[in-house]
Amino acid sequence: MNKNLQRLDLIFKNEYDTDIILKKTFAKKNDEVINDLISSGLKGRGGAGFPTGLKWKLAAEAQVDEKFVICNADEGEPGTFKDREILSSVPHKVLSGMAVCAKIIGAQKGYIYLRSEYTFLKPQLLKVIEEFHQLLDTLKLNFRVEIFMGSGAYICGEESALFESMEGKRGEPRNKPPFPTDFGYKGKPTVINNVETLAHTYSIFKYGPDKFKDLGIQDSRGSKVFSVSGDTPIPGIYELEFGMSLQKFVDDFGDGDSKAVQVGGASGFCVPRKRFGKTVIGYQGKLRGTSLPTGGSMMIFNSSRSMYNVLHNYLDFFVEESCGQCTPCRVGTQQLLIGIQAVKKGEQPSAYLDKLLDLAEAMRVTAKCGLGQSVANSFSSIVENFREEMIY
Amino acid sequence: MSDKINLKIDNIAVSIHGGATILEAAKKINVRIPTLCHHEDLCVAGNCRVCVVEQVGSDRLIPACAMPVAEGMEIQTNSMKVRNARKQIVELLVSEHRADCTRCYKNGKCELQELSSEYIVGEGGFIDLIAYKGFTIDNFSPSIIKDDSKCIRCQRCVRTCDQLQSIGALTVAHKGEHMKVSSFFDKPMFEVVCTNCGQCVNRCPTGALTEKTYLDEVWSALNSDTKHTVVQTAPAVRIALGEALGMPPGEIVTGKMVSALRRLGFSSVLDTDFTADLTIIEEGNELLQRLKKVVKEKDDSVKLPMTTSCSPGWVKFIEHAFPEYLPNVSTAKSPQQMFGALAKTFYAKKMKIDPQDMVSISIMPCTAKKYEADRPEMRSSGFKDVDYVLTTRELALMIKQAGIDFASLPDDEYDSLMGESSGAAVIFGATGGVMEAALRTAYEVVTGREVPFEGLNITPVRGMENIRETSIKIENVLPEWDFLEGVELKTCVAHGLTNAKHVMEAVRDGKAEYHFIEIMACPGGCLGGGGQPIPTSPAIRQKRSEAIYREDELKPIRKSHENPEVVHLYEEFLKEPLGKVSHKLLHTHYTERNRY
Repeated sequence: MNKNLQRLDLIFKNEYDTDIILKKTFAKKNDEVINDLISSGLKGRGGAGFPTGLKWKLAAEAQVDEKFVICNADEGEPGTFKDREILSSVPHKVLSGMAVCAKIIGAQKGYIYLRSEYTFLKPQLLKVIEEFHQLLDTLKLNFRVEIFMGSGAYICGEESALFESMEGKRGEPRNKPPFPTDFGYKGKPTVINNVETLAHTYSIFKYGPDKFKDLGIQDSRGSKVFSVSGDTPIPGIYELEFGMSLQKFVDDFGDGDSKAVQVGGASGFCVPRKRFGKTVIGYQGKLRGTSLPTGGSMMIFNSSRSMYNVLHNYLDFFVEESCGQCTPCRVGTQQLLIGIQAVKKGEQPSAYLDKLLDLAEAMRVTAKCGLGQSVANSFSSIVENFREEMIY
Repeated sequence: MSDKINLKIDNIAVSIHGGATILEAAKKINVRIPTLCHHEDLCVAGNCRVCVVEQVGSDRLIPACAMPVAEGMEIQTNSMKVRNARKQIVELLVSEHRADCTRCYKNGKCELQELSSEYIVGEGGFIDLIAYKGFTIDNFSPSIIKDDSKCIRCQRCVRTCDQLQSIGALTVAHKGEHMKVSSFFDKPMFEVVCTNCGQCVNRCPTGALTEKTYLDEVWSALNSDTKHTVVQTAPAVRIALGEALGMPPGEIVTGKMVSALRRLGFSSVLDTDFTADLTIIEEGNELLQRLKKVVKEKDDSVKLPMTTSCSPGWVKFIEHAFPEYLPNVSTAKSPQQMFGALAKTFYAKKMKIDPQDMVSISIMPCTAKKYEADRPEMRSSGFKDVDYVLTTRELALMIKQAGIDFASLPDDEYDSLMGESSGAAVIFGATGGVMEAALRTAYEVVTGREVPFEGLNITPVRGMENIRETSIKIENVLPEWDFLEGVELKTCVAHGLTNAKHVMEAVRDGKAEYHFIEIMACPGGCLGGGGQPIPTSPAIRQKRSEAIYREDELKPIRKSHENPEVVHLYEEFLKEPLGKVSHKLLHTHYTERNRY
């Protein structure tokens, strides 16, 4: 089951009605807003797909005075560039999402953790925040947002590493549990949402949960902003309805010679041509096996590309960006990289690839955080589908 | 959190308090889960992933050391999935470790080696990363060798240095493949805030952090016809040496150790306990002098509280971290260095040995003592006062190398002149011991009566509490100490440098008013020293502590000032406490050091 490819314009439509929407939402009971979010089916757009309403609910239930709302704008996944656009075009939607969340959970302080490479966005964002604070004053909500600049490490996009980074420590993921809604920034209950997730909450406040839920399929509801890159005549940022088949995506965006699509960036899956028709873009769940989640990155490769080089490039990235804390990720990424090099050079037999596939699976089940766990996604899907390219 | 949680591990039902980890629950039913980054003294890290187990119904494995138990959990610790993952993790660790086992100082005592033997990491492992990357060894420190090629990044050392010791000399630098345990700007350990306490060495699972050994130098001195070797043994060695030679923790092996040292060929087998008693006389009198100057003469150039100076880790710590308090540190040298200075002067003269031909060796529970012996101030005999310092572990190695069956050795006694000691000296090895020994003497000097505690056991200063404050009211004093009449003598005892830091911060911020502070750099005092047998844990240190206080009770003399050899030393050589000779040989000064 899948949807036709439908382009939408919910996120980037600028309607200058922030004050009305906020007034309307603040007037509702907290439970009502949470129930709206839950019934809308909105899930985290950073890639992990945790139900947003539930996250807010858990934080709201925590009996602690000090809480935080954090917008994760550490957009670092290779091939993803949609949060940058959202923050440049419709920052007030993101801020509104944060403010409603703050009201519901009882937070007075919010932060935008902004990727270091996005420093150029800061002056403009600060201006918008300033205006937004004035609006909040008229609405009598005691909530202030600050920008916290990241320093360039990919791992700091992982929520608990992000907290560590904000606390002035090394950006290393924490053990979970406890989860952020219990023990987040400074050990306080914290809601941390992706930029796009917060922007979507605005649409739900505005149009109601049903309209959002009408879009998409099964456990993947609403629309999604995609960053399309690679061998495409029309690279860019597109908002599409969830649940389309990859074939339809390639038909629209490919250059006619698409050999593979990397769905979800370096930590996502590589889908070869023969599986385009069977693959649906959405969260894993009932469609497991044929459904692929994504933080939004869609990289298209045509037949002129070497998938060995593609994988090498991803592994280079992981070898550099692993925090180095846990064994499977720190050493595993290095072994995968020098392993495929050794096979390519003939220093190891092609059967060594099978040992590496086992390693990737072990990394998936043992690594401490999403980074190490998801290296297996790109590695296994590329090696299994393009094995001959690894060897010859 | 007190409610019981019920779960099943390997199909065995177990009930444990909420908040406990799966590892703790497994331990309760004697299911062993392997660990590497986990250590009883340290916070949970969950980074080596060796302890992963399977939760039935869950796709990913979970770390037993970090995962709290939950009601109804079903855990498999030995499923195919677990075994496969665990083996791969051990293989990964071996691939980034210079597995040069037969040439490694930790051969046979390495936790990674043990695991790789258990999981049969054979030929089919991963590509050797060390061959790709190369490595450097930092062996500039007189105490500690840091070999990055053997590091498995478990961060036990980092947590030790930061949490237990508040030093932060070791920290994690870089990320990904370049991630390593490093120091400020990757400088050698010798140049940074490292106090040489060796607590990291005690907890390193591999050979990445080891003490610098001086075994070859000592063997060659023993084998020389022209050298007279004088050995001293620290209080805490005699209650821990047995552990390194196959005995359970808490055995007192003083007599066997003396026998072994004779068999090894040391010319004079003497005791640091002797100079521990001497330290009490000098340091106790220094405290009384300071009290006199501050209380009676209102001399504000003299500083209180006075802190002890026998722990070289503590001394280096205060030189780095609180240099403004250096005038508060007792000028008395540590027992090791008092011994060294007297060995090559008093002892050499009495025994008619040319000090030039004397090699002075000490057996210490400590790695910082190696650094202390190297300090330029420690040459007051005209020679290097202590030539070589060996740890308890190194002595155990010598005994093994010499083929001595330690357990069957008869008890023997120290040589005289500098071999007699009191119970007060023995307890130097435990946190609170110096305080107790000092009070036993100082109270009696001032009042003419014994301390008012049953059996001379000043129990309030004993124990393993982090920081222990006590006050003793001084009453009915002898006439010359009349200014102390009615004074509440306030004391504080702390062990481990994190606790030391808290005490010093309280003093700095005016939140605590003490007269005398005892600080030992290591948890539990010297008995938990960086040179002691590995492993260490709160339970093991407790056993060692009990042994020390047992040894104290067994001693016929319990007070330092009653040690006849110390009395004789004053009559014949030193003349009086804090006198001219003492000043030259037994006291020292300190240096402010960098903050990084």
